[in-house]
Amino acid sequence: MTDKNGFFDLSKTGLTRRTALKGLAAGAGLAVAPGFVRYSQAQSSAPIKIGFQCHRTGIGAAYGRWYDRTTAAAVKAINEAGGINGRPVEVIIEDDGTDPGRGAEVVGKFATQHKTDIVYGTLFSHVVIGSAPAAGEAKMPYFVVSEGHHVASTKLNRYVFQPGITDVKSQIQAMAPWIAANAGKKVTQIFPDFAFGYDHRDYLPPALKAQGGEVIAQIAIPPTESSFTKYFPQIPAETEVIYHVMVGPAVLTFVKELGEFYGSSRPQLFGFIDSLEATDINSPGLEFLDGSHFWEGSPRYAQPDDSAAQKAYRAAVGIDDNGAAVGDPKDVSTAAHMFGCWETLYVVKKAMEDAGYKGPEDRAKLVEATEALTEFAEGPEHPQGPKTFNGKIHQCFGIQNISKVEGGRLNVVHKTKIEDGLYEPEGDYTTQPL
Amino acid sequence: MHFGPHLLLAALEGLVTSAVLALTALGLSLVFGVMRVVNVAHGELFMLGAVLAWAISTAISGHPALGFLAALVLAPLIVGLIALVAERLVLRRLNYNPEATIVATIGMLYIIQQLALTFYGPEARPVEPPFSYRILLPWFGYSGYKLSIIAASALLLVATWFVLTRTKIGLVMRATQYDSETAQAFGIPVDRVYAGVFALGAMLAAVAAVLIVPISQAHYLMGQDPLLLSFIVVIIGGLGSLRGTVVAAVLIGLSDGIISVFFSPTLAKIIATLLVAMVLVFRPQGLFGTASR
Repeated sequence: MTDKNGFFDLSKTGLTRRTALKGLAAGAGLAVAPGFVRYSQAQSSAPIKIGFQCHRTGIGAAYGRWYDRTTAAAVKAINEAGGINGRPVEVIIEDDGTDPGRGAEVVGKFATQHKTDIVYGTLFSHVVIGSAPAAGEAKMPYFVVSEGHHVASTKLNRYVFQPGITDVKSQIQAMAPWIAANAGKKVTQIFPDFAFGYDHRDYLPPALKAQGGEVIAQIAIPPTESSFTKYFPQIPAETEVIYHVMVGPAVLTFVKELGEFYGSSRPQLFGFIDSLEATDINSPGLEFLDGSHFWEGSPRYAQPDDSAAQKAYRAAVGIDDNGAAVGDPKDVSTAAHMFGCWETLYVVKKAMEDAGYKGPEDRAKLVEATEALTEFAEGPEHPQGPKTFNGKIHQCFGIQNISKVEGGRLNVVHKTKIEDGLYEPEGDYTTQPL
Repeated sequence: MHFGPHLLLAALEGLVTSAVLALTALGLSLVFGVMRVVNVAHGELFMLGAVLAWAISTAISGHPALGFLAALVLAPLIVGLIALVAERLVLRRLNYNPEATIVATIGMLYIIQQLALTFYGPEARPVEPPFSYRILLPWFGYSGYKLSIIAASALLLVATWFVLTRTKIGLVMRATQYDSETAQAFGIPVDRVYAGVFALGAMLAAVAAVLIVPISQAHYLMGQDPLLLSFIVVIIGGLGSLRGTVVAAVLIGLSDGIISVFFSPTLAKIIATLLVAMVLVFRPQGLFGTASR
């Protein structure tokens, strides 16, 4: 292994004055490049800048695509109605690669380079947990649409909010009675082996026990796994219900292999739609799902009793009655989660208006104004349904849908009440200094 | 589940892994054996095969088997062509210098991956299997397509073995592998053999990817695991040894299947890595490799 051609011989590449000058010039060019421009516009007319931490790539890419579309639709609607405090809203998108380390960097970039007013839009819980300290350090209000319990656990910090989607602990508590009464009492759980999955692992057993049910086995699967059959023998034979929630690029494989393994002689299935988000439930190999049940935050398929607000929201975001992109039936949405983006942006609007928000110097006021919110009425701004908000734990509580797979679509068969999902707060963010 | 059926399932899963792994690792091993080039971009060529399989099978309407068969033929050819171009434009210009080609193939890894991300996107997309027969065993159901992967892979391995040991092309390749300078002195166009071997190695990875994609979906990051496992297999089996590669692939695949079914997939990876360390310590040339001359 000799270095005949001198590829690694550093002595050959001496630094001349000319190359040094070139480097200087390139550095100067970079400093005036678009990302580095300093805006010196008057505060009053300048747009409110929302930094959108988006899962453009990595295992959350499908969600990222639809969070992006929903955000664009909501911002368009807000701007057409006069913006926030008379100022237009501008969204700046940075890709976090669905990676916690990169997520924290993105928050830093929003704070120091883009100088956004807030950061918003993160879904995957490990990215939220990884980014939250950076947001707290920069005193940057951070509005996530993540569904995990980490915000409400009060383990993060005062700058992190989740006002647009109910957390997993509340979802589970609201649905456990239905599972125990209608699906079965002996439950085996299959969940992704990271933060979001651990919420399911930790909160289902007590919630089910309170209803006379029991979790008899828990199977954790890495979210990057690509083959699943090898995990299924761990499912005990006496299982009455398989409670499944998977995420990542291989969710379709997961459900398909579950079907191959069991065929028609399967136990009852209760899944979080996460296991099939952005995936057509009529894909070949998924016929065995017929008759099984799913949690949905907001229904994918248009329901007969949809409110006018829900219909308007679906039209604005651009999804058809089957929950796929208008014009491309194969591009299935993440309808069960993405409504949270729409609703969170309207919460930000309300809080900024309450706070008389003018610019980054008012970030603390914005935090207090958000904490003062208590209720969001169902309507065009909250099409998924009414919600309450607990300012102490920075978490909202809403209704949940349980849908049945029937005739190749998901029909809502049960809606929980807000009260079903309320629990004792585990702490109080408002006691933390701003 | 009882022990017997449990073991059967584990073995089946392991054999599917082995089948795909053997093809991928064989490609890596051939390229190293003949050219002495460590192709770090091998996993990305695998990924490219899967992505092309998706593109081809969605472009062809009608029965899913038609699209799949077209992908099985076309995707490896296209990947082979891309590898050929890369070999001409990059590796040859570096005179196949071992250190430089490692750096160059790392560069190729990122270029291919980012191009796939740009043009194919970050989504995982399914390819429909050519048939979806479900084999019903008394204890569990199993995908018939998965079993056909094992058969297809075995056929391809036999074909590769035949080409390498029973044809003139194989003879030329082996001569080049044994001693490229002498081979050149005897009039073997070593240069063209290198190009052909690099393309063949890429095609083996691509065909493995086409076989696996109906059960695991095409995704731009899917090349990482196969690359790592291929290296493990090639190190255990002995670089450049066809027999060693196949034996090591079956060994790693089966142990991965059985350990991950009975214990956990993480433990399977730990044990495979430990095995590599043991082989490197006690038999650096690999189980079937010959000591360097």
